[in-house]
Amino acid sequence: MSMQTMAIRARSAAHSELGWSVAIVAVCVVLLLAAPGKVVNGLLLGSMIALGAIGITLIYSILRFAHIAHGDYMTLGAYITLFLLTVALPALGIDGAGFGPFTFGYPLLIALPITVVVCCALAVAIDYSVYERLRERGTGPVTLSMVSLGIAIAVRGAIQMLWGTEPLQLPRASRPFYHLEFEIALPTGGALPFDIRIPPDNIFLGLTTVVLVGALYLFLNRTRIGKAMRATSDNIDLARITGINTTRIIHWTWVIAAAYAAIAGTLIAVSQAQMLPTSGWNTLIPMFAAVTLGGIGKPWGALVGGLLVGISMEASTEWVSPAYKPAVAFAIMLMVLLLRPRGLFGERDA
Amino acid sequence: MNILTVDNIVAGYGETEILHGVSMRIEPGEAVTIFGPNGCGKSTLMKTIFGLLTPKQGSVMFEDADITGMPTDRLIHMGMSYVPQTGNIFPSLTIEENLEMGAFVDDSDVRSRISEMYAMFPDLQRGRRQRAGSLSGGQRQMLAFGRALMLRPKLLLLDEPSAGLSPIMSQLIFDRLSDIQQTGVAILIVEHNIRTALAMSDRGYVLADGENQLDGSASGLLDNPDIGRLYLGGGRPDAPDE
Repeated sequence: MSMQTMAIRARSAAHSELGWSVAIVAVCVVLLLAAPGKVVNGLLLGSMIALGAIGITLIYSILRFAHIAHGDYMTLGAYITLFLLTVALPALGIDGAGFGPFTFGYPLLIALPITVVVCCALAVAIDYSVYERLRERGTGPVTLSMVSLGIAIAVRGAIQMLWGTEPLQLPRASRPFYHLEFEIALPTGGALPFDIRIPPDNIFLGLTTVVLVGALYLFLNRTRIGKAMRATSDNIDLARITGINTTRIIHWTWVIAAAYAAIAGTLIAVSQAQMLPTSGWNTLIPMFAAVTLGGIGKPWGALVGGLLVGISMEASTEWVSPAYKPAVAFAIMLMVLLLRPRGLFGERDA
Repeated sequence: MNILTVDNIVAGYGETEILHGVSMRIEPGEAVTIFGPNGCGKSTLMKTIFGLLTPKQGSVMFEDADITGMPTDRLIHMGMSYVPQTGNIFPSLTIEENLEMGAFVDDSDVRSRISEMYAMFPDLQRGRRQRAGSLSGGQRQMLAFGRALMLRPKLLLLDEPSAGLSPIMSQLIFDRLSDIQQTGVAILIVEHNIRTALAMSDRGYVLADGENQLDGSASGLLDNPDIGRLYLGGGRPDAPDE
């Protein structure tokens, strides 16, 4: 290829990147103007999707398979938190709901770290007892994904055996929403009224997401293990030749993915009135849509993809029944696969 | 004492046996080239030496330790480093992060080692925060050398370092390898660019069909009429490449 065609290619690539960014921003602005309250809720839903999608994308980037059990790892996190809040902690005299403006009680802050540790341990144990054995035999990605589907069904089955199939809920006290009302003057002379109701819980959820994403950034870019994880994702053979203990990197990947899944699952249970053994499974399509939209294997892509999918899903309820929310996510995934299969941040040569 | 002694190695992939008893040795600070026709087992030998393949028979000794089938991180600790032919850098990491990864098993002295690498390869320092994937072929090779030299290895294994590079760039790469050898590092090169590789080597081995065919001093091999006819494109040892 001549230098000239390369330059033209590069320019048109840069052009299309810019085009995509402008299109996305435009869609967000339109949605924000059409349904401001929905955008706030959408960001919330999106950040929960993103926390799950980050795990899926990390697992893909290191282990090279689609982790179908991820939604059920999230559900498991929510139910372990439920067990801690309703059985284990009250037995120790730690009890209560309604903590400041929040519907949940302070015990949640004690339960969450315990849930994370339990889920991480389970994820590593499942890797050790199942996936590692398959990797040693050189099992391909399709088989690994099917195995993860099996694990998804097993985890959900275990949850249904232990907790039943009826909807349950975390201990909660009722709290008023924050109500924000303001107007923005338009250059045309009119004014757009903004009427936003935010449950205080959602501010906690949003801040938690920001902290977790920031922590992931620091981990991947500033720590030795984080950099080695990116190196392993680039080229696992070279990582081994360089002396990186790739088994340890794989365990770290599961720890991060499971921790974020457990937190996301619990936070979804906090933000919604009820939880079901199928809650996480039902989040799988939006999460895969987010992963595809952002570019598979890219943590920042998963974050942006999650937020965009969440906003689109919530905004769609302005016009269609909320029952179609997963269909919206599915439509986004199909569109990305048709129009730009490598996603927003995916590389051409990846 | 030899830095590396390969004794009668039999190795291959699954049922297929590729090496049928290959032996060789490298002395400290020596540069040695291995060559031979395609499929003679050069790369297989390299992988066996670096523990990526476990031989069916024979042994590999590093100084006076038996390293046959030893895990990679131990070999790196002992002072060996390997640069594969392709995929020898981490493209999404920055240049500096690539060098850091070279010191993964022992990062006690990583800052001063990185400075040394920048002194040896000034091109790398200029783009140290740049993604390694944006580098040209020659710069990638320099970065791969830098990564492999981070822990001051006693022996550097190189698989086809000039593959895919222009003749000028290949010459540059071999000049750098000479510089590296001057610092006391022993180098084992598998190379198809035989004349250039032998020109900077002390000795050479010719493999054929997974067996030792010939070995000797680099100048002796360059002067050997059989080698000239078979591998150097003509009987005149002083004829230029290509």
